[in-house]
Amino acid sequence: MAFDNALGAIAEDNDETRWAFGTGFHDPLAGIDTSVPDGIDRHALSAYCLMLGDDALIMSHRLQEWCTHAPELEEEVALANIALDLLGQARLLLSRAGTAEDAGRAEDDLAYFRNAPEFRNIVLAELPNGDFAHSTVRLLMFATWRLALLDRLTTSRDPVLAAIAAKSVKEVAYHRDHAALWTIRLGDGTDLSHARTQRALDALWPHTGELFTAHKIERDLAAMGVAVDPSDVREEFDTVLDEVLTKATLRRPAPAPPANSAGRDGKHSTPLSDLLAELQSVARAHPGATW
Amino acid sequence: MEKDWPLYEVFVRGKRGLNHVHVGSLRAADDTMALRNARDLYTRRNEGVSIWVVKAQDITASSPDEKDPFFAPSGDKVYRHPTFYDIPENVPHM
Amino acid sequence: MTQEHFDRTIDRDQRIEPRDWMPDAYRTTMVRQIAQHAHSEIIGMQPEGEWITRAPSLRRKAILLAKVQDEAGHGLYLYSAAETLGADRTGLTEKLISGRQKYSSIFNYPTLSFADVGVIGWLVDGAAICNQVPLCRSSYGPYARAMIRICKEESFHQRQGYELLMALMRGTDAQREMVQDSVNRWWWPSLMMFGPPDADSTHTAQSMAWKIKRHTNDELRQRFVDMTVPQAEALGVTLPDPDLRWNADRGHHDFGEIDWSELKRVISGDGPCNAERIDVRRTAHEDGAWVREAAAAHAAKQTAAPSSKQIAERAERRP
Repeated sequence: MAFDNALGAIAEDNDETRWAFGTGFHDPLAGIDTSVPDGIDRHALSAYCLMLGDDALIMSHRLQEWCTHAPELEEEVALANIALDLLGQARLLLSRAGTAEDAGRAEDDLAYFRNAPEFRNIVLAELPNGDFAHSTVRLLMFATWRLALLDRLTTSRDPVLAAIAAKSVKEVAYHRDHAALWTIRLGDGTDLSHARTQRALDALWPHTGELFTAHKIERDLAAMGVAVDPSDVREEFDTVLDEVLTKATLRRPAPAPPANSAGRDGKHSTPLSDLLAELQSVARAHPGATW
Repeated sequence: MEKDWPLYEVFVRGKRGLNHVHVGSLRAADDTMALRNARDLYTRRNEGVSIWVVKAQDITASSPDEKDPFFAPSGDKVYRHPTFYDIPENVPHM
Repeated sequence: MTQEHFDRTIDRDQRIEPRDWMPDAYRTTMVRQIAQHAHSEIIGMQPEGEWITRAPSLRRKAILLAKVQDEAGHGLYLYSAAETLGADRTGLTEKLISGRQKYSSIFNYPTLSFADVGVIGWLVDGAAICNQVPLCRSSYGPYARAMIRICKEESFHQRQGYELLMALMRGTDAQREMVQDSVNRWWWPSLMMFGPPDADSTHTAQSMAWKIKRHTNDELRQRFVDMTVPQAEALGVTLPDPDLRWNADRGHHDFGEIDWSELKRVISGDGPCNAERIDVRRTAHEDGAWVREAAAAHAAKQTAAPSSKQIAERAERRP
C-alpha cells in the first residue's frame, strides 16, 4: 500500500469479489450445474430448500433490525456479519428452490412475491426482537439447531444442497459460538442480566418443540438421503444447550412438547405478516422493475 | 455503575511470511471477545491469517524522550542503522 | 522533545505519533476532528440503515448491509485513532449524545426513497472521498492510517451507489423519476459537506500549517463539482443548478451560490432529523448499558478464576 499516495492505495485490490460476502454477484448459483439428480422429486427438493432458505431469510431480517441499535459498536459489526451470512445462505437456498422447481422463479421472486402462508420458516425465526438477551438466546437455539442440520446435509444426495451446506456450516458454527459466549456472559454477568436471560429462555423455550417435528417432505427426502429428519438432531441440540446453560448458570426449562407442525405448513404469527409487509414494500410498489 | 470495557490493541498477520502488524484497537470485555471482535472488524474482507490482541495497559513502550540512549546505533556498524538501506520514503512501516 | 522537534517533524512531512510531544492546541484540534469524523460515520449509518430491511432485491440488501456495517467499522477505526490521543470512546459518545460534539450535517436530511441509497453512495460518499483522500496524508499518524483503510472501502461505496443509479436509470419511468428527485434533494447538501467558503472558515489556516488539512474547502468543492458533472451526464440526470456551466477560462465548472443560511441552520441543530438521529444513538447507548455491564461483570469473575464448583454453587443459589 503506497502510504503517501492514497489514490493509488485505493486503486489496488479493487476486486469486487473481495467486497464483503460476495455482494458483487447477481446469480448466486452462476456456473453451477443445477440439474436435479435422477430419482429425486424436484418439487419436494424445491419445497425443502424453501424451508431452509426462509429460515435464513427471516432470521437475517430480525438481525438486520438490530442495525444502529446494538449495545456496543463492536457488536454492531458482529451482528451485521451474522445477518450477512444468513442472507447469503438464503440467496443460495432460494435460488436452489427456484432451479429445482424449474418454473422460472428466481431468488427475488420467491423472497418478494410470496405471501405469509407460502413462507415455510419455523416460527422461532419470525418472533419479534425483544431485548438483547432475547435475541441472543434465540440465536443460540437457532444456530445450534441449524448447525446440526447443515452438518448432516453436507452429504446430501443433491450435490447443490450439499455444497451450500458445506459453505454454511463454517458460518453457522461461528454464529453458535457467538451466541453461546454471549449467553454465558449475560447469564453469569449481573443479577439483572441473569434475570433477563432466564426470562428470555423461558419465553423462547416452548418454540423449540417445532424444531424437531418433521414435516412430511422432510421425512420423505430424509429417507432418500437428500434431507435431514429434524427429530434426529434433538440430542445434539440438548447436549449443546445443556453445556452452555450450565456455564451461564441458567435453569433449563422443562422439555417442550413436540409441536404440531406450524411454520413448515405455512401457519405463522401476525409478526411475520408485518415483517413481510416491510421486506416486500418497495419491490411490490414497482412490479416488474429490476434493481 | 457502568464499567468500561478495556482497550485492546490488535495485530494482524496479513499473509504467511509477513510479521504481525499493528492495525488499531478496539474495546472488549474479555480476551475471547477481543479476538472475535478483531476478526469481525479488522478482517472483514478476509485480510489476515492470524490475529493477536493484547490489552493496551499490558504493553510496555519506550518513550520518544528516551530516544538518545536507547536507540543510539553503534557508530561503527552502520548497517544496523535503517538509513543505511535506501528505502523509498513512501514505503510504510519501515 | 518539544516544540522544536514537533515543528521539525511537521516541516519534514513526517508523521506525529501518539507518544510524541505535541502542542495542546494540536491535540485538541485532532481529537475534535477525529471525533467529529467518527461520530459522522456512526450517525451516518442511520439514513441508509433505514432501507436495509426494505431493500427491493436480496443482492441490494446484502450490499447495503455490508456498506452500513463498513460505516460502523470506520467509526471504530476512528475512535481507535482518537483513543491514541487520550480521548476514550465512552467520553466521546457522551459528548455526541449531549450535543457537545458535532457530526456531519448531511446526515440530518431524511432518506425518502430507495434511490437515496444510490445517490448517497454517489454524491455523499463521493464528496466524502474528495475530503478524505488528502487526509490519508494527515500529519497525525494514527488518523492518516485509519483514513487509508477507510478510503479503500469508501471507493466501493461510491461505485455501488453509482451502479444502483445506472440500474434505476435503465429501469421504469418511476425509477428514473425517483433518481432525479433524489439528486434534486441531495445535490446542494453534498456541496455543503465541504464546509463554509474559505473566506469564512475559521480553522483552515492553522490546520493547513499543521498539515492536518491539505486543501481548502473551496478547492475540494471545486474538485468535486468538476468530477461529478460528467458522471451526471453519463447517468442522464440533471444537477439542480441553472448556473452550472463549464468555464473554459478557469478550466473549471462555475456553479451557483450556496444557501449558507441553510447550512448554519442544520449545523446548529435545526435540520429535519437532528433530534431523531441523536435520539437513536442515545437509546442504543443507554439500552446497551446493562449488556456492557454484564460482560464486564462476567469478565471480572473469570479473572478471579472461579472453579467449576463455584459455578455450580452459584447456579444453585439462583432460584
